[in-house]
Amino acid sequence: MDSDDSKRLLELLSARRAELIAQWEQTVAASLHGRLSTVELGRELSELYDAITEALAAGGLAGRGPEYGVVRSLLVELSRNRARQGFTPTETAVSVFSLKEVLESLLGGSVEEIRAYLQFSHLLDDLGLFTVEEYARTREEIISAQSQQLLELSTPVVKLWDGVVGVPLVGTLDSARTQVVMEKLLQALLDSNSTHAIIDITGVPAVDTQVAQHLLKTVVAARMMGAECVISGIRPQIAQTIVGLGIEFGDIPTKATLADALRHALVEIDKAASTRAAGLL
Amino acid sequence: MRDYPADEASREEVPIQASGDVVKARQTVRLLAQQAGLSLVNQTKLVTAASELGRNTLIYGGGGTVEAVVVRDVARVGVWVRFADAGPGIPDMELALTDGWTSGSGMGLGLSGARRLVDEFELDSTPGVGTTVTVLKWAR
Ligand SMILES: Nc1ncnc2c1ncn2[C@@H]1O[C@H](COP(=O)(O)OP(=O)(O)OP(=O)(O)O)[C@@H](O)[C@H]1O
Ligand SMILES: [Mg+2]
Repeated sequence: MDSDDSKRLLELLSARRAELIAQWEQTVAASLHGRLSTVELGRELSELYDAITEALAAGGLAGRGPEYGVVRSLLVELSRNRARQGFTPTETAVSVFSLKEVLESLLGGSVEEIRAYLQFSHLLDDLGLFTVEEYARTREEIISAQSQQLLELSTPVVKLWDGVVGVPLVGTLDSARTQVVMEKLLQALLDSNSTHAIIDITGVPAVDTQVAQHLLKTVVAARMMGAECVISGIRPQIAQTIVGLGIEFGDIPTKATLADALRHALVEIDKAASTRAAGLL
Repeated sequence: MRDYPADEASREEVPIQASGDVVKARQTVRLLAQQAGLSLVNQTKLVTAASELGRNTLIYGGGGTVEAVVVRDVARVGVWVRFADAGPGIPDMELALTDGWTSGSGMGLGLSGARRLVDEFELDSTPGVGTTVTVLKWAR
């Protein structure tokens, strides 16, 4: 855009500021079906409008250029809010694109005006796409935060008996999950002053070398804290597969059911108690 | 390994580029194993083998693809799975197939264990070209 074009555009945007913002607000509000308060929307759009005008005055027409730093940070905020409030990417981008519509109605027929409008409309296209990118980034952040929460939720460590904690594992065990399980289990052993832990794998669909290695590491770490682990819930198909793979659990006790494992742990606790008692006598 | 007629409609291909893809490959293989009527024990064996081989493709092969299809012989049905990568290859295949041997920090049981879990197993590898492992498990 040569300087005449951008001057004309600037004049138009400044001279009819109030009117244009009001129209813009109306168009956007209609597209959002009243799911956003008009006060909030009004504030958002007038800030954006002024930032765009300033960037134009500084001579910029490249949405990713330095003049648009303020505009972009406003758009980041706008996109993040829309993503969190559950609006779609289209509803988010429309907030920017609809400014074109508003300007279109003011357009006279002169070649200069049309040229200026076209360039401005390229700029708005770029800014609109920017909101979509930011929107996607926010959604991704939300999803990864949620899966982290799910990870923690899905590994409850429960106190089963005095001195015995249990953790039922359900689903696929990857490195991240095993890490969480291990930390939680060790913390629970400490907090509840337990000497025995039962890791139940009834809900684990397959045990491969990676899962086995993670289990073994957890058991070794528990031992270093003076606690013994029992692995329970080994179903027939899992037992056969583990044997096929050639994995050995060494001296780690394994049981078919959680009940068997609990019985085993209680017997061990009894034995330890009577040994201690014998020592005292 | 012999060529068996495949049920083309069942053919699936999964790219292996991240650890989530290994999970996906495992699920794909489980579905085909169920479709082919494998028993629960055989399903679990095949899925576990797929898990091992898929992870090797990712870790050592630097990623690749898994292809799986239901195949038929005269009177039996099975699942055929091939793992292919264009990684560094395996210089000594006999060593790699030795129980407990690992070049990394694993248990060294993936490759040899997977061979025991399936009915047919074929390892092809050329250093500098890549590695292909093909396995087959029959329903019975
Ligand atoms: N696709 C591959 N490309 C290159 N090298 C491979 C490939 N698959 C296996 N290997 C080599 O063979 C070795 C043995 O593989 P194997 O799966 O038995 O053990 P691992 O992966 O080291 O441990 P794990 O018991 O956890 O599977 C590996 O350490 C690796 O050096
Ligand atoms: Mg392996």
